[in-house]
Amino acid sequence: MAETVFLVASGIALLALVLAGLRMALGPTAVDRTVALDGMTIIALSLIAAWAWFSGRGIYLDVALVYGLASFAGVVAIARYLEGGLK
Amino acid sequence: MNGTIGAFLALGGSVFLLLASIGLIRMPDYYNRMQTGTKATTLGSILFLLGVGVMRPEWLGKLLLLVGFVVLTNPVSSHALARAAHRIRDRLGKLEKAVLAVDALADDEAAETAADRSDTDAGNGEAKHA
Repeated sequence: MAETVFLVASGIALLALVLAGLRMALGPTAVDRTVALDGMTIIALSLIAAWAWFSGRGIYLDVALVYGLASFAGVVAIARYLEGGLK
Repeated sequence: MNGTIGAFLALGGSVFLLLASIGLIRMPDYYNRMQTGTKATTLGSILFLLGVGVMRPEWLGKLLLLVGFVVLTNPVSSHALARAAHRIRDRLGKLEKAVLAVDALADDEAAETAADRSDTDAGNGEAKHA
């Protein structure tokens, strides 16, 4: 029961990841693409936690934490770059 | 029983993640996309991670750390993005017109420039337009 429901939840999150990736591919401006990237990294972080549960290995949660750190730094760096140079 | 509660929490969180992505696809301009793409993903990921934590209580500490990290960093990154989009709105306007009914940040910046005082410590209205 729990496993089936959680599998469905992970599938829905994966569909959300694909839709955000579609906006990243379509997005007319760089800001749209960066917003989509931000959403995609948050969804991927949740999916890494889901994978940790499916595989039963808690070490993947550390991977999710480091991934979140890197994506936060990346989005802020892209925002600063769009603003007009990394000053 | 515990696992079922956690799985349904995660299901609610994934529905919020899906709604955020649908908003990213369907919203008309990048300010609206920014709003739906950052707020709803924050709530969705909180619910999803808490669901995993309820299913595996021995991971709850690490997952709460992840939740706190998401809560702290996602508004900061979306604010930086919104400010960048506001600063370069003239360049972006050639590609896609994002119309603002009220532009409080531009008003504040204009007032600050007009006042031209040295003690401009107040009034950094970082209004994020929806």
